[in-house]
Amino acid sequence: MDSKMKTSRRTFLKGSVALAGGSVAGAAAANEADPLITEVQDWASTTGAGVDETPYGMPISFEKDVVRRNVEWLTASPISSINFTPIHALDGTITPQGCAFERHHSGAIELRKEDFRLMVNGLVDTPLVFSYQDLERFPRENHVYFCECAANTGMEWAGAQLNGAQFTHGMIHNMEYTGVPLRTLLNEAGLSPAGDLTDKWVYVEGADASSNGRSIPMEKALDDVLVAFKANGEALRMEHGYPVRLVVPGWEGNMWVKWLRRIEVTDAAVGSREETSKYTDVYEDGTARKWTWVMDAKSVITSPSPQMPVSHAPGPMVISGLAWSGHGKITRVDVSRDGGITWQKARLGKQGDSKALTRFYLDGDWDGSAMLLQSRAMDETGYVQPTKQQLRESRGENSVYHNNCIQTWYVDENGVVENVEVS
Amino acid sequence: MSKSLSQIVLPVAGGTALALSVALVVANLDYGQNKISSLEGRLEQASVRADDAAGKAREEAAVTAELEAKIAEIQADARVRAASNSGLTEYAPNKESGYGLGRKARTEEIAAWDIDVLPDGRGLPQGRGDVFTGEEVFAEKCASCHGDFAEGVDNWPVLAGGFDTLADKDPVKTVGSYWPHLSTVWDYVHRSMPFGEAQTLTPDETYAIVAYILYSNDLVDDEFELSHENFSDFEMYNKVGFLIDDRPEREYAKWSNDPCMENCKPSVEITMRATFLDVTPENGGESVMNDAKADDTPTFVAKAATPDATGGGAEAAATKSPAVDPALLASGEKVFKKCKACHAVGEGAKNKSGPQLNGLIGRPMGAVEGFKYSRVFVAAHGEGRIWDETALTEFLAKPKSYMKGTKMSFSGLKKEEDLAAIKAYLKSFGE
Ligand code: HEC
Ligand code: HEC
Repeated sequence: MDSKMKTSRRTFLKGSVALAGGSVAGAAAANEADPLITEVQDWASTTGAGVDETPYGMPISFEKDVVRRNVEWLTASPISSINFTPIHALDGTITPQGCAFERHHSGAIELRKEDFRLMVNGLVDTPLVFSYQDLERFPRENHVYFCECAANTGMEWAGAQLNGAQFTHGMIHNMEYTGVPLRTLLNEAGLSPAGDLTDKWVYVEGADASSNGRSIPMEKALDDVLVAFKANGEALRMEHGYPVRLVVPGWEGNMWVKWLRRIEVTDAAVGSREETSKYTDVYEDGTARKWTWVMDAKSVITSPSPQMPVSHAPGPMVISGLAWSGHGKITRVDVSRDGGITWQKARLGKQGDSKALTRFYLDGDWDGSAMLLQSRAMDETGYVQPTKQQLRESRGENSVYHNNCIQTWYVDENGVVENVEVS
Repeated sequence: MSKSLSQIVLPVAGGTALALSVALVVANLDYGQNKISSLEGRLEQASVRADDAAGKAREEAAVTAELEAKIAEIQADARVRAASNSGLTEYAPNKESGYGLGRKARTEEIAAWDIDVLPDGRGLPQGRGDVFTGEEVFAEKCASCHGDFAEGVDNWPVLAGGFDTLADKDPVKTVGSYWPHLSTVWDYVHRSMPFGEAQTLTPDETYAIVAYILYSNDLVDDEFELSHENFSDFEMYNKVGFLIDDRPEREYAKWSNDPCMENCKPSVEITMRATFLDVTPENGGESVMNDAKADDTPTFVAKAATPDATGGGAEAAATKSPAVDPALLASGEKVFKKCKACHAVGEGAKNKSGPQLNGLIGRPMGAVEGFKYSRVFVAAHGEGRIWDETALTEFLAKPKSYMKGTKMSFSGLKKEEDLAAIKAYLKSFGE
């Protein structure tokens, strides 16, 4: 009974379908019969769209706001830029490819499978060139992993800045990848010239104009790195590196080289621009940290959040969010409604996969008063997501990357939500 | 290997399933084997050396123990994975001898793609270039974005200065103040710049540009010449400024205590609010963020989202000249994304790194006031040449051949549909 009223009221507040009907369904529900029920609606009488209307389906028009967005002033050009996943509006854990954030250094390129070549060279027995088809003939695996840009939440180091989980935490996505373990390809080329593998590196590089390249220590390369060609069951999207990208589980997104074209075994880190000028962390004393690859445990409440205000009356309310760790599984998430004075354990939507997003929920009643919502993730190593103060004490405020602090949302009595910092 | 296998508990029951997963697990355990073999190699060496040099024996014994522990760790790791098999598929097998896929890479193919330069200078081709030459090449190919003195135009990266700012709140990280290796400058400029025309610089041009960037950072004098011979003598200013990730020692232990659940602090106050004003979505998500303008310091101007300011470009354009096919305009708007980095159109459009493009058809070439055109554009202007449809089509198809020497770093539009669409789109913006 009531729940129906709430849905239509919510839809109304969100300014979509209900408006078309012209009547305020919420008000109608209070003391008279709901015409959406008592009157025969068009869709219940005439026919709808036939099959094949959209050979590849897009979300229904009412969901047109669930899209990637960028913050134009962050970068000089949309060609070397980033946009953000609408995490505020998604649920579950898998990010649909069409709204998964993009980051390019020279734009997304159109590279046909037929034109794809992957070279393995350097300290190997036989330098090799693979075609796309070759890759599909190696034994392959499926894994769900999150990919987070090291700069996610980077704008928040110096203070609360952007109003929306999409903008503060949306440089992340989580997909099910199909691919060949990198070690299989390295083994195919043979590693004997590399000798002792403990101090060797694998330099990976893309085919686009930036030819973004990163050095990965051999230990990681032989561990869980995947050369992936499918995501969520279908081909990668152009903007995520079609036809082939690297997946480097738990490590910063910049290393997940797109349009992968070359893998070189070396005896030293290349020290490319992306691992010196960028993706290094300046600490308070002006010294920098390099090779900060792992993304530490982190979480954020996605709803409510500034773009997802509370649009219902006091009473039952679902608080929901995401947690992840580059060190492994999320074992626990706590939620505070009072800015960190008291905490409650949240329910994990699904016991976390390693290095993948975990959904959490806190189910309860909202009494209608203001809240300071926070979430705090713990991973299987026992690491607890730090507060902003802890991070600043450790590193200062000069950094851009690796900000995994606890986020605070202020929810006022009207349900309006704002990004704030608290003592 | 076989020893560790016996300890694996397989969560599968049926006969074939069991056999299959044993096979997969065996293969999976293999992947640690490379690492283990090499560690075992070192182990042997360590014990040999320990026998030789009695004095060093204790030290070597410690190394041995460490290596043994590492091997055990790798094996244990593999066992845990195999046993838990939490993945969506079981681990892929890995044939020790390989699958015979792929073909041998040819030497000239490797030479074409393997162009990285390592910090010690390995990978550099022969060549040389001086500051003077570098200045010329830089002015022609780089200055439109990075400024004549590498100081950065608009939001484009600054390449010079910023010395002694690294300990400030907003450190200015440039090639001069921040980059630890000279090889990175050479490698990056050579492979990725100029933006939009990567991999067109010759080695000599690259040496010259790198010399010029060092000069604009006051790190060398104007006589300086850089070559493969003196390359590794040069030490960057911030060479020692980088330490290896120390989060494990610095933070992990400290931040792994059982967290407080109650009365964790006496009180809570809001100390800062988002600088953006409230962006409560009216349409389930329209946000003012996309309208925010950059400032030198990130102070933000928020204003209510109006439909024509956000994404309504095509419709707005369509109302201006209703005779034009709206679908064509919409695809023109899409094509314009390729230009947007450098050009603005519409009301109040300002010059960016390229001139504003309002009222383009019928406009004299190189005519926007306050914009610094290249010589070829200045000449075209002098000759009284006008932008008509043909000129625009030819220019946009191949900017560099239509206007030899233009500083517009754009390779051109290849598809005819794109050319038609962009022209329709640009035409929809009058004065
Ligand atoms: C059309 C504009 C444009 C032109 C022309 C251009 N660049 Fe760039 N440059 C960029 C952009 C954009 C970036 C940042 C790219 C990224 O982040 O992926 C960049 C980055 C750089 C960087 C790295 C800066 C840093 O701090 O990491 C260097 C060095 C550089 N450019 C040198 C050059 C040189 C030398 C030329 C001329 C041969 C040149 N650029 C021409 C736009 C340009
Ligand atoms: C990387 C920056 C950049 C990009 C991208 C770019 N331009 Fe340009 N454009 C310039 C610059 C710089 C000039 C000035 C040329 C000169 O002085 O040589 C220019 C000049 C022009 C002119 C001549 C204007 C006049 O006043 O005579 C036109 C027309 C033009 N561009 C259209 C486009 C279009 C359309 C696109 C996209 C398809 C585009 N440009 C992409 C930088 C750019």
